[in-house]
Amino acid sequence: MNAPSDVIVIGAGVIGAAIAYFATKQGLSVTVLERGLPASGTSSACEGNILVSDKELGPELELTKFSLDTWRGDLTEHAKHWEFESKGGIIVASRESSMASLDRLTQAQAEHGIDVERVDIPRLREFEPNISPNALGAAWYPDDCQVQPMLVAGHLLKLARAAGAKVLTHTMATGFLRQGDAVNGVKTSRGDFHAPAVVNAAGSWSEDIAALAGVNVPVKPRKGFVMVTEPLPPMVHHKVYAAEYVDNVGSSEAGLQSSPVVEGTPAGSILIGSSRERIGFDRSVNTDALRQMAANAIALFPFLKTTRIIRHYHGFRPYCPDHLPVIGHDPRAPGLWHASGYEGAGIGLSAGTGKLLAQALAGLTPDMSLAPFAPERFGEFTPAPNIHQESAA
Amino acid sequence: MSSQDKLSFDVAVIGAGPAGLAAAVAAAERGARVAVLDAGAQPGGQFWRHRPETMVPDPDGHGHHGWKTYLDLRARFETARSAGQLHYLPNTQVWMVEREDAGRFVLRLTPTTGTEIAQATVRADKLVSCTGGYDRQLPLPGWDLPGVMAAGGIQSFIKANGTLPGTRFVIAGTGPFLLPVAANIAEAGGTVVAVCESASLANWLPHLGAASGVPGKALEGAEYAGVFANHRIRYRTRTVVTEVLGVSCANAVRIAKVDAHGAVIAGSEQLLEDVDVVGFGWGFTPQVELAVSLGAETRIDADGSLVCVVDGQQATNVAGLYLAGEVTGVGGAVLAVAEGLVAGAAAATGEAPSAGTNRQIRRHRRFAKAMHLAHPVPEKWDKLLTDDTVVCRCEEVNHGRIVEARDTLGATDARTMKSFTRTGMGWCQGKVCGFAVSCLSSKDHADNQATHASLSALAKRPVAAPLTLGEISTLDSRRPHDT
Amino acid sequence: MSTTPKRINVRLNARAIETAAGQSVGAVLMSEGIMAWRTTRKEGKPRGLFCGIGACYDCLITVNGQPNQRACIVEACDSMSIEGDFDA
Repeated sequence: MNAPSDVIVIGAGVIGAAIAYFATKQGLSVTVLERGLPASGTSSACEGNILVSDKELGPELELTKFSLDTWRGDLTEHAKHWEFESKGGIIVASRESSMASLDRLTQAQAEHGIDVERVDIPRLREFEPNISPNALGAAWYPDDCQVQPMLVAGHLLKLARAAGAKVLTHTMATGFLRQGDAVNGVKTSRGDFHAPAVVNAAGSWSEDIAALAGVNVPVKPRKGFVMVTEPLPPMVHHKVYAAEYVDNVGSSEAGLQSSPVVEGTPAGSILIGSSRERIGFDRSVNTDALRQMAANAIALFPFLKTTRIIRHYHGFRPYCPDHLPVIGHDPRAPGLWHASGYEGAGIGLSAGTGKLLAQALAGLTPDMSLAPFAPERFGEFTPAPNIHQESAA
Repeated sequence: MSSQDKLSFDVAVIGAGPAGLAAAVAAAERGARVAVLDAGAQPGGQFWRHRPETMVPDPDGHGHHGWKTYLDLRARFETARSAGQLHYLPNTQVWMVEREDAGRFVLRLTPTTGTEIAQATVRADKLVSCTGGYDRQLPLPGWDLPGVMAAGGIQSFIKANGTLPGTRFVIAGTGPFLLPVAANIAEAGGTVVAVCESASLANWLPHLGAASGVPGKALEGAEYAGVFANHRIRYRTRTVVTEVLGVSCANAVRIAKVDAHGAVIAGSEQLLEDVDVVGFGWGFTPQVELAVSLGAETRIDADGSLVCVVDGQQATNVAGLYLAGEVTGVGGAVLAVAEGLVAGAAAATGEAPSAGTNRQIRRHRRFAKAMHLAHPVPEKWDKLLTDDTVVCRCEEVNHGRIVEARDTLGATDARTMKSFTRTGMGWCQGKVCGFAVSCLSSKDHADNQATHASLSALAKRPVAAPLTLGEISTLDSRRPHDT
Repeated sequence: MSTTPKRINVRLNARAIETAAGQSVGAVLMSEGIMAWRTTRKEGKPRGLFCGIGACYDCLITVNGQPNQRACIVEACDSMSIEGDFDA
């Protein structure tokens, strides 16, 4: 029989890794169950953003600020392991209508303590000399950061293991152990694991994990492509995206949407996003998405027309219909906790989530209320289990 | 006829090497409208690579094997072209293949060199992919120095340019392919200081039955023996290069004897100085990414390579997709031609091969298997690596980082290793380091076998050849009714 | 029949040379004794031809102002400008 622990975390992506790390900091014994290898799901198929710039007002913005402080505070001693970079973000408006949206967004953000500065075209050209001549205006966010997310997961798990956590890979959760209503462990492909608290950190697959406990957490995959260019000398210096991107993040459209996100990387490649479509775990290549993304990126940085891509990848953002993550204890299945539904913000929010959830798991009052993210907001409805056999490859 | 119909074919053949030429000819001669898309500037592939025909219009085939076969296929290829039966697109790389709703293959194209492409998209009902392979490489100290080349790269250089990439050569690795490379060098006037074969020729003893089934190979062997004797080339078996030395380029190698497991025998080391080109070849890696992207079933072949599974008509599990040549298992040009003829005929008319053809293919596959078993990648090849030996040449990831990621971060397959260390993320997309990284990251490191899972993950290259964002921004839609 | 001249003039960085037609850019460079023409991004190491058949992208070079062309497969033509990290 497997030794019991205080907490079981299902999923070894950045969210699960951050929870495991902070839980060991709280003195809890932790077992992480991962069906593949660390960071083999969405954590390794994203851009590693820690963004304040794309957040609308509300609880997610507050969590974003808390998480940023966690990255720069609690985790700063390890920042070198995961290439933490305060690169800064720039939102560019190229249409009069998007100028108006940008005005509204930046004004509201500034009122809520986000460090944002409107920049004129000459200043924009200082930031990004290769930007399109069609740019009308921009906003500068010095707090937008980036990490290498796979290394975040790998190193947080390494630190957690050093503090006694057990990380079991190739271990698939297949059901929950129950005592009455309460969840007190997990059935897996490698036998039963017991713990009074189980955290569902299964990312885009967390709806299925929740369903195993009979509770509804309607997190759906929202697919996105990223194209990677040939390595170049620095041509794009910050994370640069179009004002329309913020609208797309906040939309619930199921069909294909794309808006340009362009950023340079330390490796010299430029990453080009973004697309969003809700079509389940469909791994086929959508030529229309690639075409739109390429055209949008060229519109933002004309030099990209002759730049080559050497690969592209896609991932499944854990999308939640109300655009808020699901974090905290689930009274519908006592003992079960969730940390999911971050859509495209999971990397940035992982640090804060880990810290807050670990506090709650240890019986402390979290530094910030998790009430807005309460899982029971989805009601009692229990969907039929619908396990996606999709591998995380 | 709309422009789209003009670019729609019964059969598309990718590659114009031995397998591709044969497939194209076989399909066209059965009345199919065929498109041949080839990365090269002229037909022949790597095996029959030759001087530009603008310079040497009638090459005599010196230094080539099977040149008569080439001339025959080429003549039939030109006949089909003249008849309008075959549309040839040279200097064309297929960077992606999709399927339309109706099942038609949609091939997305980009130029090999330059910026112009006649057609960006070609459609076909059936696809025969004959993408060949490239030299399989293993890292070792100094292998990133200029002057170190793939053995096949040296041979291609000679065939394409008619000159040598240096003066004094050491050829090392394993397999009979090292012999023609050395012979080509010697006949072009270069000095072959040594040929280092890691295997023992005694490895062939259990497989003599299979070898005798392919008498042509024995003749080739005798021919090389003659060339080696004439040029006084040292053929050293159970010998490996342990390090390439040099500052700005290679100028010497250390060699050593190895035991049956590939471990260096202490005291056997030797320095070979005054060497300016070192060629390595550890067998071949088939280019399976296009087939894999379409869902073709794969397996690990006797040489450890990921190859695709085909039936007696060279058909895959993917409807309409046929494969021939190295992608179905590395086996050389004679086998590739035989498979290409079968695949082309099957794609055109569904015709099944004759019993004689089947026998010939089986015989060559038996020989190939015997060759692979007699020339394994040495089990302990990685013992030569130091922490700072570069493994991924594109992203400059060294061995120490790979071991650290495997042992402390849990990167125990090639895909996770790629995520954690950037191996295989650069220009070549893991073509060069993929096999080695699969071996190094495998958890049960002792057996050093690249797992099927690792190699399959690395064979997923959704962009099979780089192309510009400008090209992508003007792609037409996958579904013709959307355009 | 083709009228390709047997000799062509190309420019290697600042230096103009005459060389045989029908060679790859890599072969032209090597015929001039140049074994390396690219410097790696991280460690600044010299690179030249490796795979020789267009697979490895180690031999990248600027041809007629177009960066990152494969020297092993681009055929050298008359009036071509070839630029890289080498001393011509």
